[in-house]
Amino acid sequence: MIRVQSMPFDSGGELNTFSSSVAGVGAIVSFTGVVRDVEGGLSNMIIEHYPGMTEKALEAIRSEAMQRWDLADILIVHRTGLLEAHESIMMVATASKHRKDAFEAAEFLMDYLKSRAPFWKKEITLDGADWVASKSEDEDALSRW
Amino acid sequence: MQVLYFSWVRERIGVPREEVQTNAVTVADLVSELREREERYNVAFADVSALRVALDQELVDFDAPLFGVNEVAFFPPMTGG
Repeated sequence: MIRVQSMPFDSGGELNTFSSSVAGVGAIVSFTGVVRDVEGGLSNMIIEHYPGMTEKALEAIRSEAMQRWDLADILIVHRTGLLEAHESIMMVATASKHRKDAFEAAEFLMDYLKSRAPFWKKEITLDGADWVASKSEDEDALSRW
Repeated sequence: MQVLYFSWVRERIGVPREEVQTNAVTVADLVSELREREERYNVAFADVSALRVALDQELVDFDAPLFGVNEVAFFPPMTGG
């Protein structure tokens, strides 16, 4: 399941729903990214995306992971729009018979989501608003797959 | 064709999308055309190594041909996750 939404979500609740929807699995791994607070004040975040391409890119990443690892299912939830500090930005969850597949696939999904899904984060703090710059390690991380 | 801009590229150019009439053969040709139009394009496209481009919602290189393309999008490297 893939969801792109402006509404906040409860990653615990999402994980429970995902866990109860899969059968015959022995391992579930999840990762949740949250808006960090910065020293001297909470930060807000605006996430812009490219409607249409976002869904296609996420589906391509999901389908690649399903082919490469022994997985029962994958969950990807990603928010867009205005987020406040401590809110969940996105989550991925993987369900597999085996722990190794679940862990590796979750890492793969995160590495690809970071630099191949068309989202752009703008951080807003008391000092002003700035687009988050991509890091060269994000691109390098793809080469290990 | 429709040309879309995201993130700081959108902010520098000042619109999220526009219809562009062009005979440009490749993305790089289109970028050169746009840069000659107005200073805001010249500024936004000053360093294409800092940009990514998608044709009909697929990432491509700047030497990709525009033949048959409906939608071109320019944006900085993505920062999802």
